[in-house]
Amino acid sequence: MEALTSRSVQVSRKPMSLAERLFLPAIFKGMGITFSHIFKKQPTIRYPEQKREFSPVFRGLHVLNRDEEGRERCTACGLCAVACPAEAITMEAAERLPGEEHLYREEKYAAKYEINMLRCIFCGLCEEACPKDAIYLSETFAPANYTRKGFIYGKDEMVIPNVKTDPEGYAKAKGSPRNN
Amino acid sequence: MSDTTLFKVTIDNISIDVPAGTTILNAARMIGGDVAPPAMCYYSKLEGSGGKCRTCLVEVSKGSEKDPRPMPKLVASCRTTVMDGMEVKNITSPKVVDARAGIVEFLLLNHPLDCPICDQAGECHLQDLSYEHGKEGTRYEFQRRTFKKHDLGKYIQLHMTRCILCYRCVFAADQLTGKREHGILDRGDHSEIATMIEKNLQNDFIGNVIDVCPVGALTDKTFRFKNRVWFLKPMNAHRDCPTCSGKVTLWNRGEEVFRVTARKDQWGEVEEWICNECRFEKKLSSDWTIEGPRLIDRHSVISQGHYAGTVGTNMPTETIEAVLNGRKPKLLMDIHEVSEVNRPHIELSKINGPAHSNNFNPDND
Repeated sequence: MEALTSRSVQVSRKPMSLAERLFLPAIFKGMGITFSHIFKKQPTIRYPEQKREFSPVFRGLHVLNRDEEGRERCTACGLCAVACPAEAITMEAAERLPGEEHLYREEKYAAKYEINMLRCIFCGLCEEACPKDAIYLSETFAPANYTRKGFIYGKDEMVIPNVKTDPEGYAKAKGSPRNN
Repeated sequence: MSDTTLFKVTIDNISIDVPAGTTILNAARMIGGDVAPPAMCYYSKLEGSGGKCRTCLVEVSKGSEKDPRPMPKLVASCRTTVMDGMEVKNITSPKVVDARAGIVEFLLLNHPLDCPICDQAGECHLQDLSYEHGKEGTRYEFQRRTFKKHDLGKYIQLHMTRCILCYRCVFAADQLTGKREHGILDRGDHSEIATMIEKNLQNDFIGNVIDVCPVGALTDKTFRFKNRVWFLKPMNAHRDCPTCSGKVTLWNRGEEVFRVTARKDQWGEVEEWICNECRFEKKLSSDWTIEGPRLIDRHSVISQGHYAGTVGTNMPTETIEAVLNGRKPKLLMDIHEVSEVNRPHIELSKINGPAHSNNFNPDND
């Protein structure tokens, strides 16, 4: 029969020699391998202090985008909610009143917008469905929580800081540009 | 027109005998299916409609038995009557498909493409038509026609920017009400649907212009921005109405009635006109006798996630109690404790007109 691999070794049933019966050479050989790892590169990442770089297509928590004038882009068209396979997104729309033009880009806007992060599967279909470039999946995890109540994310958690009124918050939320 | 003479007409290689005087479009609709050309302006219930939008263009490859020459150009099928032995090509003719795609682009020239905002999205004939022809985008780079939005009375909102000038609403207002109050002002590129000096449209049946509008130019103000049509469940319902037949489609969410429309047939045409009272003022489920879910086309976004005819009737079953031998789960989260959407005490359907920021103000709770 042809061997499945060239590296297979026949098990030897010979009685052990004296050197083998002492076990010490084998122990030192094994410890040598163990201690040699001290001088090798560590693969461990010390998580809270150090963070592994995300893949460019990583899909994390959602953000609701604003345009360059700081107006909310979302028009509550409902395409994200209809695309959502987990039915996690709900919203209520309202009409923009005269005098609110600096807040909302279009005449209709999402007065309430919620994503149930317990249901969300982070598939990114909402991002793909959005015709207004309003929703994006960021590079942040959904944080752990003790109660389920904390996972209903509303607009106050998701809308990015306004670049006009809160430039520091905007810069902080935007983060530093990727190195690669 | 006599009913006795039957003309044999072949449309896309399917033959049918139709009475003399039938238009090609109606003959094609008798065959049904994909053979029927799309129509944006023709409306079988409105006399004189048709001939405006040119989406129903077909190729006549054989004029008739006696004169077999083909017609030199594509003809508008809603305005061309059939001849004996006529052969028509609709979707089998590449010329027609190509011309129709061009027509769609022309219709979209001045259309704002604000579908994310428009209440008609999801049931808009222009949207369907443009996606069918792969022309949902636009190549137009110049300033579009712009108009201010008008209130036609307290129930109807006119967005003239979205209008494709099909004249359906003009015919509907003229023929249903007998007293024409709105029409088209100006000519050519400047023409616009208007009531003279912002006159209100007040008539018992004027709400039907919303249903005949193929785009979102005329929309229901009581439903404005309340919800998207694909999140609502369409239910057939009726009531005893002294003015109209009272047979309507209710668009519910839960038990809330968000919108009332007339029932529409497979060509998107109203089956029976309904009055304004039924359409705008009866927004309680107790006003209506519900007959059952309305059959929605399988390909419509309204039926996404449902089988045909089951929109709104599939209720989730509670598995936990069945699995735990009838015991209730110990930890339950009532979503209304946390969620700010769909709060039980705010009934959007009862707000007159669109919701504004003050409707969601926490002080009003």
